[in-house]
Amino acid sequence: MTQVIEKERERSVVVGKVGLTTNYAIAHAVKDVDVDVVAAYPITPQTTIIEKLAEYVANGELDAEFIPVESEHSALSAAVGASAAGARVFTATSAQGLELMHEILHIASGLRLPIVMAVPGRALSAPISIHGDYQDLMNVRDTGWVIYIASTAQEAYDTVIEAFRVAEDPRVLLPVIVSYDGFLMSHTTEPVEVYDTKAVREFTPRRHNTRPLLNPERPVTMGALATPDWYYEIKYQAINALRASRGVIDEVDSEFNRRFGRAYGAVEGFMLDDADYILVTYGGAATWNALEAAKEARGRGLRAGVLRIRLFRPFPSNDLVKRLADAKAVAVVDRAIAPGSPVEGPVFKDVYIALREAGVDKPIVSVIHGISQRTMYIRDFYELYYKLRDIASTGNVPRESLYMGLR
Amino acid sequence: MGMASGQIKIGIRTIWDIPKEEYFGPGQLTCAGCGPSLAVRHILKAAGPDVIVVNATGCIEVTSTQYPYTAWGVPYIHVAFENAAAVASGIEAAIKALNRKGIANAKAKVIALAGDGGTYDIGMQALSGMLERGHGVLYVLYDNEAYMNTGIQRSGGTPRFAWTTTSPVGSRIRGKVQSKKDIMSIVIAHHIPYAATASIAYPIDLMNKVRKALDALNEGPAFLHVFAPCPPGWRIDDSKTVEIARLAVETGVFPLFEWDHGKFRLNPPSNMHVDKSKRKPLINYLKPQGRFAHLKEEEIKAMEAEVDGYWDYLTRLLKAFG
Repeated sequence: MTQVIEKERERSVVVGKVGLTTNYAIAHAVKDVDVDVVAAYPITPQTTIIEKLAEYVANGELDAEFIPVESEHSALSAAVGASAAGARVFTATSAQGLELMHEILHIASGLRLPIVMAVPGRALSAPISIHGDYQDLMNVRDTGWVIYIASTAQEAYDTVIEAFRVAEDPRVLLPVIVSYDGFLMSHTTEPVEVYDTKAVREFTPRRHNTRPLLNPERPVTMGALATPDWYYEIKYQAINALRASRGVIDEVDSEFNRRFGRAYGAVEGFMLDDADYILVTYGGAATWNALEAAKEARGRGLRAGVLRIRLFRPFPSNDLVKRLADAKAVAVVDRAIAPGSPVEGPVFKDVYIALREAGVDKPIVSVIHGISQRTMYIRDFYELYYKLRDIASTGNVPRESLYMGLR
Repeated sequence: MGMASGQIKIGIRTIWDIPKEEYFGPGQLTCAGCGPSLAVRHILKAAGPDVIVVNATGCIEVTSTQYPYTAWGVPYIHVAFENAAAVASGIEAAIKALNRKGIANAKAKVIALAGDGGTYDIGMQALSGMLERGHGVLYVLYDNEAYMNTGIQRSGGTPRFAWTTTSPVGSRIRGKVQSKKDIMSIVIAHHIPYAATASIAYPIDLMNKVRKALDALNEGPAFLHVFAPCPPGWRIDDSKTVEIARLAVETGVFPLFEWDHGKFRLNPPSNMHVDKSKRKPLINYLKPQGRFAHLKEEEIKAMEAEVDGYWDYLTRLLKAFG
């Protein structure tokens, strides 16, 4: 799936291919980059990440302080403190936990602290559901973090390594979320190539003391009060940094490719060269099932394709426009809902704006599916391709989100 | 600068022993006669330069860090209202990890600083978590007995009958209905090495307790409950802050004591106050304060009974753990 440049790849960096769930792959990457502090609180489906990290610390495989905090609010708060003191910091959560952190999400990006957090996506209460979707992630999209959405355990492993590089880059200094499907990925074992620890650590050198830190030798005041005279300008710097992070994200991705032989880009296209009908997806299950459906549709002569969004914030508008410009109709599959919005797919809105801003005027449909892990059948996406064909030929574009899989 | 780290700390016996160095600079925006700012000034003098301060949202935070100025001569971070203890936990853990891994060689001690709202109420969970996990952090509660920064609202630290804007004196309800939460007992129940009460009216006692608390951090957390009157909130004259704080101790309303490695100890002058006749009449403390101006005879009696009840409790603690 990924763009491996074999000739440049140093095969020696791969030390083995192991079966890992995405959660375990995340924990493995956190160990490989030599994190100093982990602060976390258990919540399904995130828990097995922190169980594994606690085990690494207990066995001496990872030399870190593991802070078993009393809430997710304190998890991110402790991460903020540790990062401000110069440590390399990791935390992870899902759903209600991410909501409880919400206040501190804004503060972490406002204080420009390079924290990395894994978020296996999960539905939000009420009714309570432990199962996967991306409602939790969509609710925090405006908190100023860099946000990746991975689609395989391998990609999650690789992305955590990239994420530390991006977050700690002096040109970025922003926290990063690595998200992926709760359960469908977090608890599914896949083959993952893990790398030589030394190579990973060389790729993620420490930038201790390249940013203001809490250090008595050079006292700084962090988290100061800004009056309206200053607030706007300071906030704008963080907004700008998130925008500008794209350059560093691409740079890190290509360097990762040279070192480890994998690159992902901001978006990933499948069979797009001549595609008339494209499903825009994010995460694992939606993408891979859409791809199966696209193959079947192509088998019957329909030119179907899939475009997966990997980098969600900053949003890769230009990449999307480039890949979607020649399609006849597009559907955006959202595993989250923006209730009361003109159209209720949260990522649909971003894609729609990106296309219209670029002057691309073509039928684009919002599809909601996979809510609380409602099964997204391959046949659902297969039918969706034919629906796109009908929409393109009749010009009758639905003005509301299509709720698929809803009884 | 202050004491070189590693130097043996000599107890402060008189005001002449108080370090001249200032780490809480002039130019803060606190009100005239601010009790909490006196507390912070003396705490930092006692602690010296090798500290990192984590401050919860509140009076001290908004008045000392208005960008682009700062009153802090030591490293300082403010994150939010309810999480000073959690942020401090993270800093303490970071220092431990970085030192152990040879990435840093930091000796800084971590002081979390929060008001009564940030401690009794919204910060209670994070505080309990920090104490339970045993982080080597000194948590300082500066208690001005209400949410003063937002305009005098009642907190779990506001005493019974006190007027605040959310416990107003009406025809049916007269001031705060509930009693002040016994924060020290809650803290001591975590079995930490050191916890003490202190007052801005007794700066030498306060500063010695700061040093004792910092020395205990190798073993675990320490806690200081510092009484710090608020002239606008308590409706007292700007010049009376220290006087009122002293009366709180002398009348037995705010006893000075220590919980030191499982031992309970009353400190002067409170060590004389088990005998009620040695305490000044409660009315001396209440009368100058506008927040108690509405109190009737029976309300004062009820308050006195509460003070006596607390002393009875302390006396039993003294017998059991003295």
